[in-house]
Amino acid sequence: MLRLPSFRLEQPDTLPQALALLDQAGPEAAVLAGGTDLLPNMKHELRRPSVVIALSRVKGLTGIAEAADGAIEIGAMTPLAEVAQSALVARALPALAQAAALVAGPQLRQRGTLGGNVLLDTRCQYVNQSHFWRSALGFCLKKDGTVCHVVAGGSRCVAAASADTVPALMTLGAVLEVARHDRTRQLPIDAFFVADGIVNRRLEPTELLTRVRVPRPAAGHRGAYGKLRERGSIDFPLLGVAARLDLSEAGVVEHADLVLTSLAAAPRRVAGAADALRGSAPGHAPAEFETAVRRVAELARRQCRPLPNLPGDHEWRGEMVPVYARRTLLAAAAGQGPVHHV
Amino acid sequence: MGARDRHGIDPPWGEFRHVGQGSTKIDGLAKATGAALYADDLSLPLMLHAKTLRSPHPHARLRAIDSGAALALPGVHAVITGRDLPVRYGILPWSQDETALAVDKVRFVGDPVAAVAAVDEDTANEALKRIRVDYELLHPFLDPRESLARGDPPIHEDRKEGNVSKKVELAFGDVDSAFAGAAVVIEGDYDFHGTTHAAIEPHCVLARYGPDGVLTLWSSTQITHYVHRALSRVLGLPPHRIRVIQPCLGGAFGGKSDPFSLEFCASLLAIRTARPVKMLYTREEVFYAHRGRHPMQMRYRTAAGPDGRLAAVDARILIDGGAYSSYGLVTTYYSGQLLTGPYHFPAYRFESTRVFTNKPPCGPKRGHGSVQPRFAFEVQLDRLAERLGLDPFELRRRNLLGADATTVNGQRVTSNGFARCLERVEEASGWRQRRGRLPRGRGLGMAGSMYISGTNYPIYPNPMPQSGIQLKLDRSGLVTVFSGGNDIGQGTNTIVRCLVAEELGLQLEQVRVVAADTDLCPVDLGAYSSRGTFMIGNAVLDACRKLRGTLVSAVAESWGVDPRRVRFVDGAVVDLEDPGRSLPTADAFQLAEARFDTLGATGSYNTPSLGGDYRGGTIGASPAYSFTAHVVEVTVDEETGRITCERAWIAHDCGRALNPVLVAGQMEGSAYMGLAEALVEEHEVNRFGLHRGPSLLDYRLPTSVDTPELHSLIVESLDPEGPYGAKEAGEGPLHPAIPALSNAVFDAVGIRLQHLPFTPGKVLKALRAAAAERRPAVAAVSGT
Ligand SMILES: Cc1cc2nc3c(=O)[nH]c(=O)nc-3n(C[C@H](O)[C@H](O)[C@H](O)COP(=O)(O)OP(=O)(O)OC[C@H]3O[C@@H](n4cnc5c(N)ncnc54)[C@H](O)[C@@H]3O)c2cc1C
Ligand code: SF4
Repeated sequence: MLRLPSFRLEQPDTLPQALALLDQAGPEAAVLAGGTDLLPNMKHELRRPSVVIALSRVKGLTGIAEAADGAIEIGAMTPLAEVAQSALVARALPALAQAAALVAGPQLRQRGTLGGNVLLDTRCQYVNQSHFWRSALGFCLKKDGTVCHVVAGGSRCVAAASADTVPALMTLGAVLEVARHDRTRQLPIDAFFVADGIVNRRLEPTELLTRVRVPRPAAGHRGAYGKLRERGSIDFPLLGVAARLDLSEAGVVEHADLVLTSLAAAPRRVAGAADALRGSAPGHAPAEFETAVRRVAELARRQCRPLPNLPGDHEWRGEMVPVYARRTLLAAAAGQGPVHHV
Repeated sequence: MGARDRHGIDPPWGEFRHVGQGSTKIDGLAKATGAALYADDLSLPLMLHAKTLRSPHPHARLRAIDSGAALALPGVHAVITGRDLPVRYGILPWSQDETALAVDKVRFVGDPVAAVAAVDEDTANEALKRIRVDYELLHPFLDPRESLARGDPPIHEDRKEGNVSKKVELAFGDVDSAFAGAAVVIEGDYDFHGTTHAAIEPHCVLARYGPDGVLTLWSSTQITHYVHRALSRVLGLPPHRIRVIQPCLGGAFGGKSDPFSLEFCASLLAIRTARPVKMLYTREEVFYAHRGRHPMQMRYRTAAGPDGRLAAVDARILIDGGAYSSYGLVTTYYSGQLLTGPYHFPAYRFESTRVFTNKPPCGPKRGHGSVQPRFAFEVQLDRLAERLGLDPFELRRRNLLGADATTVNGQRVTSNGFARCLERVEEASGWRQRRGRLPRGRGLGMAGSMYISGTNYPIYPNPMPQSGIQLKLDRSGLVTVFSGGNDIGQGTNTIVRCLVAEELGLQLEQVRVVAADTDLCPVDLGAYSSRGTFMIGNAVLDACRKLRGTLVSAVAESWGVDPRRVRFVDGAVVDLEDPGRSLPTADAFQLAEARFDTLGATGSYNTPSLGGDYRGGTIGASPAYSFTAHVVEVTVDEETGRITCERAWIAHDCGRALNPVLVAGQMEGSAYMGLAEALVEEHEVNRFGLHRGPSLLDYRLPTSVDTPELHSLIVESLDPEGPYGAKEAGEGPLHPAIPALSNAVFDAVGIRLQHLPFTPGKVLKALRAAAAERRPAVAAVSGT
């Protein structure tokens, strides 16, 4: 077995304690939620924190609740399995429920948390490897090296944003609640990710993600998630597509959104999707709606070019962009989903 | 083969009590409860942990190694390099080209260079980082075509044939005139990619060198006997001072059938430090140890008459061997020699060339050497059937080899249930009603195959038995069986227990099996070539029959009856003519011990001399052949290119199914593995010479949700030479899975997939190419 490098383990009981510890340790520390991303990365020596601050004992970070304004608030430490199985989430935020249910496999969803998923590190076939493997390759920009093996001559890491729940949360306009020992801030998830594969999250090393807040969508909200992967379980997305359609009482699309992930370092919103879909009525004029969906799929195809950052055939991933965009929008309209091959 | 190697197919006491029952595995409960002890569960006082330093370069010369800083690290007990273990080894005596640690060159990324023993794994890992190695980089060969074309720089410098590892050319019958006179010739190129075993247990050893000068090695091996020999050779210790034990094993599939670097390194480190040494590979290291399925580039030509009768087969195969020979010589022969059934063809020629490349060494994986050609050939047959407008079953029926036949390359085939296998899958799958009538995107495909039950060719030529068994009978009524066989999860020990209980009329719990310990057990050659049930089974019957007479006569004498009246059954001895008279077997054992002496017996098996009378004619010659037919049902999503295997029907002629549950398990496992290789598994080295993803995340093994419904249909053609008529079930059932899947895709969407793996991207390309071909025709039609 690969060994876990040694570190000091801290297990605070309260949020202030955790924040204080984090403040002291600074960049030397790593936060441990479920550990399903952090621990493999530590074994691969992608991270070597001297202090690991485990959040498992901190009270108040789990649970799914409805706020007074109808927003749905999910504690960062809530296991993905709970998000996936919550009747409230399934009803109000179907795309999120579907995405959470497709993360990894059953065991990992028991351990893995929503917060950890939002903060998942970017992934690349040349970096999610052992230290020996990476040394044999000569390392790369993201860790220990100076070149990129995905984009020859590239000066920027394009490792793929790979969290399944993030595109869903983006279509839902989620807000991240982030705490530091001296303050708390609310960050729209749209502003959270940057196109830098080395670190694609705007989170300071002394900050904790405490909660994800999702405004209650309109009554006619429909959402779905589509996930492309090789196997029916375990695998990270080769492509993730979240779709949102808000229908008026008359069944007309008033608002729409389409966000894709597993392309490059940040998830991508398809520009023009909302305009193309607005005004169409899936129930009343399905042919017209389908035409609009096809137009959006074509927009997605043009805007999203998967890179050979993930293992496998990236050209096929590119071909699947319009297919999954279309299928996911259609599934959302029909109140179905997820779009997944098994 | 002596008369004692043939034991007939009949039950020893009138009717079978255990055979055919499907009892649970001998170690099933221990495994299920976690009580089973695998190599890594073992631990000894003062045990050290060892780790291996590996080459980061695919091809380089070793200029110097400086391990001073590693040795200076507190907690480090020893560091060894190639100079400490310079003796070459290799599973085959003719191609010993490996050393435990690189001596002057490294030949792939992951080739072992040095080993460290330290107080714990972390210290050993830390020490590895302090070893300085000076490499002179050489041109890496990653493409077998390049290795074939040029031998410079040579991967093995002492080879006369450049980078060619082995070449076999054999021809039988008049191939050229058969092709000249053929009504139909089908030609095609086929690629088989690399795949690996991915047994769930990584390789692990524990070595102890006692003050008595005896080295004991617990190793997760499937070939204790060959490891024993190799250790003696490399360490320079006489074999009687070495003991090799295989603990409970977590799967192997051929991936543990070579001697491996860790076995030598841990042993030498234990000798040097006088402390027990454990070495456990990481999953990544298992991918480097590899010995997986050889990638093959194959060109086939198949000639047939207008009625579909095969006239000739001509094959050219380029085999990518990776960095070392391993079993490559046999692989090269098998790639041609094992194709000559279950169909008869009068002329055959093959040319197979294995080359070295700077990649992890290939070796035997379930269906060694013959899964790849079988894929190509069965797709060829499907294309032939299509060309002639014949049903694929019908085409095969017209070419049946049949029972008691000789193949074109001179192999003797005895029992043969292939025709029945065809019937079973045809019927169960509803082939006649459904094939060709399913909606577009859904299809059925079929294929057949034949495989060996061991071969008559031991890995090192010798006249001794291939399998030995020793029995010890106890006053308690317990029979202890000492078996050299390696139970790697396939159930050899369960079969041994079943056969002993059957022969001596015992209950299963009265039989204990001690296996795969070179100090305690007679030699068996190991778990490979599907030889276990056949050879060990025959040795067991041989041993038991020597004792049966003794036991019966002791009881008959005591009862004063004719021995024919004495029957051993279910742990008791009864008098057939006096139902009131019986004894527990323990009492019978005591009577016999008192009357004759301490009770025990040995038994053995050796194959008859078999095979064609030409160089290589014995390779692949088996005392009995198994037969398989598959029907596979697929759906193809034409928009995503994804193939889903919905169902598979597997009919397998294993001879007598001694334990039908184990047989069905092997059939399902085989089909699962074959379909996985076709669709998702890929052992690939990237353009940098690195394994693409040496982990169980990136090497995609299907999960339960990816696994189709599997229907196992057991066919029993009782073999005259197998134990009670049994043959094999471990490897044969894999073969047809891959071509049947390809043929099903053709039925579903009209494309021929000839280049593995069948990834969705390739399927889409093939669909587009097929559509482009159709388009002009459509235009012409609409123009009229
Ligand atoms: C085999 C395998 C398959 C997987 N497949 C998928 C998949 O299909 N889709 C997918 O999206 N993911 C997948 N994952 C990744 C992972 O399991 C999930 O993303 C999971 O949700 C991560 O949550 P966690 O709680 O385990 O995170 P951790 O590993 O504990 O943390 C992840 C990162 O976030 C930081 N962090 C966590 N919580 C906080 C917090 N509250 N505040 C500040 N920082 C924090 C950690 O320091 C770390 O950097 C897979 C992992 C494995 C091992
Ligand atoms: S994208 Fe380039 S720099 Fe980033 S992890 Fe992959 S190889 Fe490294």
